[in-house]
Amino acid sequence: MSARDEILSAVRRSLHVTGDEAPRRAAVEARLALAPAGIVPRRGQGDAGERAATFKAEAERAQASLAEVAAAADIPAEIARFLRENNLAASLRMGEDARLGAMPWGATALEVSRGPSDGHDPNAVSVAFAAVAESGTLALVSGPDNPTTLNFLPDNHIVVVFADDLVGDYESVFVKLRAVYGVGAAPRTLNFITGPSRSADIEQTLLLGAHGPRRLHIVLVGAS
Amino acid sequence: MSVVATTPRFKDNVHEALHDQRLQGALLHARNFIGRRAAAVERLPEFDALRDSARAIKDHTLAHLDLYLQAYERKVTESGGRVHYARTAAEANAIVLGLCKERGAKAVTKGKSMISEEIGLNAALEAEGIEAIETDLGEYIIQLRGETPSHIIAPAIHVTKADVEADFRRVHRDLPATRDLSQPEQLLGEARGILRDKFLSADIGITGANFLVAETGTSIIVTNEGNGDLTQILPKVHVVVASLEKIVPTLADAAQLLRVLARSATGQDMSVYTTLSTGPRRPGDGDGPQEYHVVLLDNGRSAMLGSQFEDMLRCIRCGACMNHCPVYHAIGGHAYGWVYPGPMGAVLTPSLIGVAEGGQLPNASTFCGRCEAVCPMRIPLPKMMRHWREREFERHLSPATVRSGLGVWAFFATRPALYRLTTDLAMRAMHLAGRARGRFSWLPFAGGWTKYRDLTAPQGATFQSRWRARSGSVQ
Repeated sequence: MSARDEILSAVRRSLHVTGDEAPRRAAVEARLALAPAGIVPRRGQGDAGERAATFKAEAERAQASLAEVAAAADIPAEIARFLRENNLAASLRMGEDARLGAMPWGATALEVSRGPSDGHDPNAVSVAFAAVAESGTLALVSGPDNPTTLNFLPDNHIVVVFADDLVGDYESVFVKLRAVYGVGAAPRTLNFITGPSRSADIEQTLLLGAHGPRRLHIVLVGAS
Repeated sequence: MSVVATTPRFKDNVHEALHDQRLQGALLHARNFIGRRAAAVERLPEFDALRDSARAIKDHTLAHLDLYLQAYERKVTESGGRVHYARTAAEANAIVLGLCKERGAKAVTKGKSMISEEIGLNAALEAEGIEAIETDLGEYIIQLRGETPSHIIAPAIHVTKADVEADFRRVHRDLPATRDLSQPEQLLGEARGILRDKFLSADIGITGANFLVAETGTSIIVTNEGNGDLTQILPKVHVVVASLEKIVPTLADAAQLLRVLARSATGQDMSVYTTLSTGPRRPGDGDGPQEYHVVLLDNGRSAMLGSQFEDMLRCIRCGACMNHCPVYHAIGGHAYGWVYPGPMGAVLTPSLIGVAEGGQLPNASTFCGRCEAVCPMRIPLPKMMRHWREREFERHLSPATVRSGLGVWAFFATRPALYRLTTDLAMRAMHLAGRARGRFSWLPFAGGWTKYRDLTAPQGATFQSRWRARSGSVQ
């Protein structure tokens, strides 16, 4: 018997089942199809204004910085300001996301390049698939639009959040995933990101910038 | 089992740990977790309801584990990945080694994984000439020191800053000897620089998994550093090593567990990176692994199902039980002698390596119950430690003095009148003998106690007699 079959048999022996019981199969199929939500904390709930306020407070609590702009056209100037004020290089890596492509980068002095990162980009910008008010968490999906390497290799990661993508809880992100990718499917990588990289492995002292970005800057668009 | 357990010499380990001043200093940091967890719980009114929800999810999953395993495997395959099954640690190592050799891999980066510690994967890789590089800062430090983790989420908690500096100077010989490493930031920066090159040049990346999701065939890792992500997105091949009980039905179920995991572990609402991975690189992707493999390990778990230790399979490895354990605080993790320390280790170790080897651990408990009180999955750890004590006794594995002592006690305890009479006399005698000082610094048969502290002299009456008197006066 293969290791697979032997493990399944051992599990069934311990559970005193055969695997063919109709009620068990029905219970599993129903749960997988319906994916019922459990307890969803109140913290992230509320109308759009409340969600935005909670998101900002929670993201800053996780040591991300955050700026608000009125429209997508204001984003390049805000990113240029952020880089300048922190004495960071005036270059920016991004993916092929059409929303980024449509922004007026030419109005800034930033040197913009496109594609995944090979580890030599000081700064990158991504567009979030969604953002979660409950814990100030960003949700980013892989693909050519926003390559996953941009989330981890650059020292400074800037993430654009459009107000319409700001939800209360993780469950709402998964509902959106089903709408975009289909039932039972998922993107290759979904990164939930809450603040910049950190480690407390040396005497429990919290230090930012472990292996991932040292700074996480969020630009929230059209929330107020 | 590839990792040699020193658990059978637990008592010696404890003795050494208690007399290790450097370790005792480092262990003080373990107590920081307590306040952080409490603050996070305080901020979330739904926390206890989430614990109930999390427990129900795992109980449901375990009761249907065969079906969820099949559903999970189907989804992994659909998304272009491959599931490999391993009955034992040796089989799991052989599968990973096979994957490495077939691809001519020379260097492997690793995200933090307790399952890889359990199977002794690094030693297996290195025996075949494959360099295994731990990339979590704590794991990297202990790998340099040739040690094993002493805590499941803070593997280097037994190491001081000065130790890390000395280790880095010893190993990072290419860097100038005059460099300043006095600040923790400098140590972190040095490790970041060295490991960055390793990430970019590794052939295969190996991670563990906090959860495996049947709905979508997704593996989830939870980290703060980002090392697990660099491990899995940069090399051509991503290998996940995980045990059977990591399965959860849906992404929504995973969200319930995530809400209790980070809060119970580090006191964060969410760890910095919670990453969901489903299969290899897709058309159009400019990054990500070209192959995605999952090695699913049993190694004793299927036998725990349906037993009195099944509840232990709910464990999500947050470390809250050891963070709150007075025994762990006193002796640290290495004294436990195998991979899993603290209360969860005391229950899990005998299940995985046998009661003959691991049977001493369940005795290392004051039964204060803090572990169960903080466990996000409501695992009855003290109850299960008692089960192990019973088994150890039944199998005649306890020392002769313990067995004969328990025999004498049982003789009296099953004869209530005789028990009352004897204890009554003994308490009076001890009261009289200890009257002058109010305590004993020596007593026959109690050397194990009085060697370290005095025993307070009894007040003269037993609890039972005082209770009778009190009940009489109330009625």
